[in-house]
Amino acid sequence: MPTAFPEDSVGLVTPQVEHFAEPLALACGRSLGNYQLVYETYGELNAARSNAVLICHALSGHHHAAGYHNSDERKPGWWDSCIGPGKALDTNRFFVVSLNNLGGCNGSTGPSSINAVTGKPYGADFPVLTVEDWVHSQALLADRLGIAQWAAVVGGSLGGMQAMQWAISYPDRIRHCLTIASAPKLSAQNIAFNEVARQAILSDPEFHGGHFQEHSVIPKRGLMLARMVGHITYLSDDAMGEKFGRGLKSEKLNYDFHSVEFQVESYLRYQGEEFSGRFDANTYLLMTKALDYFDPAAAHDGDLAKTLAGVKADFCVISFTTDWRFSPARSREIVDALMAARKNVCYLEVDAPQGHDAFLMPIPRYLQAFSGYMNRISL
Amino acid sequence: MRADLEIIQDWIPAGSRVLDLGCGNGELLAWLRDNKRVTGYGLEIDPDNIAACVTKGVNVIEQNLDLGLGNFASNSFDVVVMTQALQAVQYPDKILEEMLRVGRQCIITFPNFGHWRCRYYLARNGRMPVSDFMPYTWYNTPNIHFCTFKDFEALCLERRVKVLDRLAVDHLHRHSLMSRMWPNLLGEIGIYRVSGPGVLEHRIAI
Repeated sequence: MPTAFPEDSVGLVTPQVEHFAEPLALACGRSLGNYQLVYETYGELNAARSNAVLICHALSGHHHAAGYHNSDERKPGWWDSCIGPGKALDTNRFFVVSLNNLGGCNGSTGPSSINAVTGKPYGADFPVLTVEDWVHSQALLADRLGIAQWAAVVGGSLGGMQAMQWAISYPDRIRHCLTIASAPKLSAQNIAFNEVARQAILSDPEFHGGHFQEHSVIPKRGLMLARMVGHITYLSDDAMGEKFGRGLKSEKLNYDFHSVEFQVESYLRYQGEEFSGRFDANTYLLMTKALDYFDPAAAHDGDLAKTLAGVKADFCVISFTTDWRFSPARSREIVDALMAARKNVCYLEVDAPQGHDAFLMPIPRYLQAFSGYMNRISL
Repeated sequence: MRADLEIIQDWIPAGSRVLDLGCGNGELLAWLRDNKRVTGYGLEIDPDNIAACVTKGVNVIEQNLDLGLGNFASNSFDVVVMTQALQAVQYPDKILEEMLRVGRQCIITFPNFGHWRCRYYLARNGRMPVSDFMPYTWYNTPNIHFCTFKDFEALCLERRVKVLDRLAVDHLHRHSLMSRMWPNLLGEIGIYRVSGPGVLEHRIAI
């Protein structure tokens, strides 16, 4: 019996795969040949091919952004609140493309894939990728799909960086750029958190220099710790306080170091545990490095306005008040540079208690502005 | 279009670059964009107004005027506009200086507390004037720095700000011979075009 999906859902979706034989030249100097990208699409590409929207995912995201893979799937895709009929990314109007980035662990070629040359998983031999590399690979996917120009490229957090990079690298191939809860580059504090996460993984005895698959183990402890640290930065102090406070799991304190006493400990352990079961440690290392390296203004002595001089896309920049990972001030750096470069830009600072994670939440003002912006895009 | 905006648009040259402080629902910028090839940005903090701007395709930036215009370079706009917001900002003199730094010319409108009705209300009742036009009481009004035309012009004189044009209108934005003769008594709203001390007076299309 077919299960009924919500009316504003894109419903059942099937991931698709594109193979690329031509080697992709990478920023690190190496190249990657014979790779594949897994992606999903929602809505229909119109005859003029003018209604395509690219979704770029964040650190631990993937191609499954909306709808359901089967009727038993408990939760829809990670951005289902924004993608579907009548939603901000209205699939009655737009043809939405969402892929798993190169280096990922959800179907696109990454460190856990088999290297055709050696017959073994890439592991630590997989090249380090940059945001620019991702954008180049996304452009090749767009070519395959017959999309010469995106109506919009949209992303939150690390995804917002990719959207921005699109506007810089391919000014003629993107009409609108939506950068949500993002930053023009990481701060020392951001890099520091990433480094703690990496060290947690690298120092796990089961990591085996990145070749843990060959030993049939995963660096579970390290991945768990990395995710726990990450999760702290995704939530605001208030959101954590509201959710857990100083709530205890049991009635009394145990006066030991082993038991899970506070609710917040239990939550972090659960998140870490769940994550370590589904995510590849090498991919995590790679994604954090891509974040650390992202700094498009570096090519112009740190002058972001100069970097954006050639941009043709209109921008919509959105930040959230309690986001301390990529605070509103970081979004304002992007906005100020765009204004100095005389580009079209809208900027919203949405009052939301959820912290960095707010960009995934159905916050009324956020969704209204997001829809409002998308609706006025002419096709 | 709102009546005061109708007057202001006439003072903004075609093709110029405009910064609108407290741009409301983006009406002025949208009209100037569509009719006079004007580019620029509007600063606003009200969520509904911002949403309206986004829908209109107006470049709206969520920014609190009380935090200044430090993110804008000097002389980066032809005209900086601020309608009905001078009396609501924390530091009117500082925002005026900032406007004159960022723009070559500024257009400012504000209610005149020297209007005869205000004077009469205060004289007769001994209480702060409340009207249909300004319906707030003293403790809940967003208008925290009221001034008269004379006060404003005294500030301009003190800061060596040049008044290029001024118009005193009633709340329906009509002006008459009478309001021209006794603006501080008969004008309800002042519309001023000013430039900074460093800028040579160059009268632009009116």
